[in-house]
Amino acid sequence: MSLVELRNVSKIYQLGGEEIRALDDLSLDIEAGEFISIIGPSGSGKSTLMHILGCLDTPTQGTLRLDGTEIQNASKRELARIRNEKIGFVFQFFNLLPKLNVMENVELPMIYSGVSGRERRERSMEALKLVDLENRARHRPMQLSGGQQQRVAIARALVNRPKIVFADEPTGNLDSHTGEAILTLFRKLSQEGRTIALVTHDPEIAAVTPRRIEIRDGKVAKQVDARLAGLDRVRNADSALA
Amino acid sequence: MNLFNAITVGFKEIWAHKFRSLLTALGIILGVSSLVAMSATVKGMENGMREALIAIGGLEKVRIEQQDIPSEQQHLADQAVGLTVHDLYALKASAPLIRLVSPEMRGPRNTRVTKGGKTTEWANVIGTWPTAIELNQHTIEHGRMFNEIDDESARNVCVIGTNIRDQLFGDEEQVGREIIPIGDTISIGGEPFVVIGMFERYESETEKKRREYMKTQPKLEQTGPARSRGWGGRGRGGDFVFRMKNSTIYMPLNTMYLKFKSAVGTNSLPDPRLDVINLRVTDIDALEPALQQARNVLMHTHKAIEDFSFMTQEDWSKNITTAIDNARLSGGIIAIIGLLVGGIGIMNIMLASITERIREIGIRKAIGASNSNIFVQILVESTFIALLGGLAGLATSYGLVKVMVMVLPENNTPQITPMAMVVAFAFSALVGVVAGILPALKAARLDPIQALRYE
Repeated sequence: MSLVELRNVSKIYQLGGEEIRALDDLSLDIEAGEFISIIGPSGSGKSTLMHILGCLDTPTQGTLRLDGTEIQNASKRELARIRNEKIGFVFQFFNLLPKLNVMENVELPMIYSGVSGRERRERSMEALKLVDLENRARHRPMQLSGGQQQRVAIARALVNRPKIVFADEPTGNLDSHTGEAILTLFRKLSQEGRTIALVTHDPEIAAVTPRRIEIRDGKVAKQVDARLAGLDRVRNADSALA
Repeated sequence: MNLFNAITVGFKEIWAHKFRSLLTALGIILGVSSLVAMSATVKGMENGMREALIAIGGLEKVRIEQQDIPSEQQHLADQAVGLTVHDLYALKASAPLIRLVSPEMRGPRNTRVTKGGKTTEWANVIGTWPTAIELNQHTIEHGRMFNEIDDESARNVCVIGTNIRDQLFGDEEQVGREIIPIGDTISIGGEPFVVIGMFERYESETEKKRREYMKTQPKLEQTGPARSRGWGGRGRGGDFVFRMKNSTIYMPLNTMYLKFKSAVGTNSLPDPRLDVINLRVTDIDALEPALQQARNVLMHTHKAIEDFSFMTQEDWSKNITTAIDNARLSGGIIAIIGLLVGGIGIMNIMLASITERIREIGIRKAIGASNSNIFVQILVESTFIALLGGLAGLATSYGLVKVMVMVLPENNTPQITPMAMVVAFAFSALVGVVAGILPALKAARLDPIQALRYE
């Protein structure tokens, strides 16, 4: 059983009487411990896919099983709990709360899961060590550089020991040098056994992950898996024939 | 997320916007303080009126007055005797529900009360019994009340109020020391009377405080020619009820009758009638049976001619209650409108604040805050602002009442009641909760994806 099992999922928006299929009968599996990237141009549906995988949204049709739990019929409260316990998010614009300091930002997910104050401090310190920012715990996000802010966001995404981390264009707002450092950090985290999904429009960034899923018009257009080197050539040939 | 965390988060948010929160809370501060100050003022009024009610004898006191003979008994008019001393003895003997009786025979109109060259402006000269002391709630401060022997032998003795003393002998504020005129002789209607006693000064609590305060102040110089400043304004003796009481002169009933009402001197017709009979009933709950008893007795002594009527203080007491209730209601409505306006202010700011924080709410939801977490957070914030405003309002009201006491010294001193504070504080908390519900709902219902995208 895979960590994430997406089966025949469609997401349909009604816009002024017109039906827009952001996702169209899409199926996808993600195994525990995988490091994948979801790529596609803007409007391809990759964000919608991430929202559904990240339990921020529910599919119109199809089923999603995350860590053995059916998601498609979950209530809003259950979705919030799953996001809190099983999913970590890293965003393009970092999305730290400016009024809280670094430590408090990292503690935030644990506040909602009801972790005691002392354990919160210990675990957030641990997470900050992981991203090499333990000496910035008392700083405000605004006092940090972009790369540092993104590392705080990563620490926050990891602190509740999620099953999977979604990173939405995590380097999109950083210069290339800092961006590379963040990608290196993701690679390191992946090697430590965490499941990470990068969402990006940039094939170069996607190149760091062994497995790449390309989305176009709400469908999986192409899958590349370096672990199955050689097979991709066969698959490409298939699609060329089709 | 437990409530403690919610409160911490809410408090941080308030602290982050100190000035805005203060302005928001200002509506509540003003609402609460005006509610408390208003109720303190009403309480002060109430105290003043109750003091006055007690000063005129309390609810148990009933006056029997002369009344015109009813038209169906007009033909018996020459039989009517009016109130006389016989009624007193009859009531004493036959009406057990009546505890005390005392007569009031007023001196002839314009009785001049003089001492040397000084005359009183007005004096309430009354011939009565020693029981009048208890019945009319008098207290002798110096000397003694006349007794039955003084009455029997119709001695020329009198007991005076401080206002009479002030006018005949000079008051303390002018002379600089208190004059106790016991043993001195004054002239009442041309007759010499020995002052054997003096009442204490009757005044409201406020007046007493003012007088004590004035003692510590340097005396103002009199400007212009010496003159009487008349009755108006802050006259001697304070408020009307107290001024009346302080202008009393009591003498024995027999003295009054023999010297002023019997057929002596130029007065050819004796007039033994009393102006008023005062009663005190044993029990206020038995007021009506007591009145009935008194009426039955008097119907006997008056040969069934109803030339008397009863006057109780019930109306006065009811008027007090009505006036207080009205003042409380109108003041309360205004203060509550103030609090509501404060609540609307909070709601307004909270709505603006969540619009400003849509992204924050999106982030919180993405990392696992449920709708109810967000709801509680916003509700706690608005309630907290209101509670802080409420507390500050209670402190402000304390100051406000102090200022009112200073600015309006002659009115009845406002008195803050704990009940008013509790009610005002509870109401401010309620306003905070109610004002927070709509913004909190709005925040809780935000779609996390939309909120995250919000710029």
